[in-house]
Amino acid sequence: MAQLEPANNPEHVTIPLKKSSKVKDFLSLMVKSKSVLIGGIIVLIVILSAIFAPLIATHDPNEMEMSKRLMGPMEEGHLLGTDNYGRDLFSRIVYGARVSLEVGVVSVSVSLLIGVTLGLVAGYYGGWLDNIIMRTVDIVLSFPVLLLAIALVAALGPGIDNVILALGLIYWTNYARIVRANVMALKEEEYIQAAKTIGSSDFRIIFYNILPNCLAPIIVVATLGIGIAIVAEATLSFLGLGIQPPDSSWGWTLSFGMKFIRDAAHLSIYPGLAIMFTVLGFNLLGDGIRDLTDSKTK
Amino acid sequence: MMTFVGKRLLQLIPVLLGISILVFLLLHLIPGDPALTLLGQEATPEDVERIREILGLNEPLYVQLFVFLKNLVQGDLGVSIFQDVPVLTLVLSQLPATLELAFLALVIAVIIAVPLGIISAVKQFSWLDYVSMFFAQLGVSMPVFWLGMLLIIQFSVNMNIFPSFGRGDPLVESFIMTIQSGNLYYVIESFKYLILPALTLGVMSAAMITRMVRSSMLEVLNEDYIRTAEAKGVRSFWVILKHAFRNALIPVITIVGLQFGNLLGGAIVTETVFGWPGIGRLIITAISQRDFPVVQGSVLVIALLFAIINLVVDLLYALINPKIKSN
Repeated sequence: MAQLEPANNPEHVTIPLKKSSKVKDFLSLMVKSKSVLIGGIIVLIVILSAIFAPLIATHDPNEMEMSKRLMGPMEEGHLLGTDNYGRDLFSRIVYGARVSLEVGVVSVSVSLLIGVTLGLVAGYYGGWLDNIIMRTVDIVLSFPVLLLAIALVAALGPGIDNVILALGLIYWTNYARIVRANVMALKEEEYIQAAKTIGSSDFRIIFYNILPNCLAPIIVVATLGIGIAIVAEATLSFLGLGIQPPDSSWGWTLSFGMKFIRDAAHLSIYPGLAIMFTVLGFNLLGDGIRDLTDSKTK
Repeated sequence: MMTFVGKRLLQLIPVLLGISILVFLLLHLIPGDPALTLLGQEATPEDVERIREILGLNEPLYVQLFVFLKNLVQGDLGVSIFQDVPVLTLVLSQLPATLELAFLALVIAVIIAVPLGIISAVKQFSWLDYVSMFFAQLGVSMPVFWLGMLLIIQFSVNMNIFPSFGRGDPLVESFIMTIQSGNLYYVIESFKYLILPALTLGVMSAAMITRMVRSSMLEVLNEDYIRTAEAKGVRSFWVILKHAFRNALIPVITIVGLQFGNLLGGAIVTETVFGWPGIGRLIITAISQRDFPVVQGSVLVIALLFAIINLVVDLLYALINPKIKSN
């Protein structure tokens, strides 16, 4: 730790200068939180399996072998068994991580884009714009989320793109509310008033001065949001509204497994475990980051 | 207090209107000609014209919206394309089953969550706390329908205790029959069908309520009046129950109320897993039959119920919270 004045002189105030960067501080904080550490490891495992699916999968996920239908786990080189077309369940689960992550990340990005923009506008300008945006938020929040997702996909038609769009169009309200609340608090701060006084444009104030200071809560909600979107996709696929064959997601595999629940329970158990494991990872990570950022603000 | 109730009731009007408009617009989200999409490519021009008439698609959009809202106020949600029955009749015939399921799920959630949350808070950082928080975390991470499938595998397939599909007699009717005959058989039979779907639906809410009870209790347990009660020599059991839990209850009631609304949404999936003949299964069947008026009507009824439940929760919150009451 560098000091401007000698420490043994009581008349001089010592001012510590930070050597380590903010990123380094943040990383060391993250390691201190068990929740962030475990959640982070789980998320990393899922991301790596999605990227390296061709290397990890033991079989082609869509290759059918009718002679090997509904095999149990560990039979004939099939780690988790096979489905009723003789397709390897383990390989299908590994490849399924790609779909789940895609839905999670892209739909959260859509929500972020809509929610953050509207939240910034509502919070910064207030007035009738704020009123219209927040009443729209109220209306969207008046629906049970899953019901609205089902209704939207029923109208738009099934398929992964429409699932992503529907989830993105529903979950933006969370971001809008959080960003608006933060902006309303921040815009009274002196440095924002100062920026206004020196003639900074609204655009510059919103994106350079306000937005960076709302990032912590946005990151928390987005991380938890990815988990929520993954479960929502699985649910929609389970109901036959999500991904369509021959593509496959964890939810669709589960829906398929439901038909064989009496003869081949493994088809229902393992894809569900994969969903739970992944969502648990994002939840732990999100909760952990929230605790860290909360304690920092305290 | 009356001003608060009045204000809150007034706020409900634009929300209800917004919900209705959003549900109306759902039909127009269908890509291309909705009538043709609903009927499929092999439909005859006469059929398409008939559906256009039923859905009112030949009018300009603002006229359609006006007619939709006018009919809605009169309780007319349209007619099912597939069954030729008023949508409201269909929805009302299925609603009791969904309400029964959601209500029992909520009871189960509260029975699990309240003791677990209190114990976790009182024994913070003990193994009991860690175990219950771990299960709460699992509860919010697993898809509802997957838990349903696990329960079917264990209790219907392996142990053959509970049926995996369908509904017995309505619970209220079974209660009446049991009281009249003095025979518990009727209630038990109804519960046999109800227990797995209700447990499936209740677990996620239980997880959320547990976390809420825990954090709310932890906040209260640090208050001075708890220390005073302990210092007076009140037995710790009573301190927890009478002094702490009563005050921790306010936010808990809010989340329990909101959970009931969420359970109505969650019921759609649970009903599909267990073949429960409620409004959720009505929606899913209607989607597969492309019976869009039924989808619209059912979504609208649940959304309106959800909005009203939220209002009641808000009013209850104001009623039990002395701070708002005095304002």
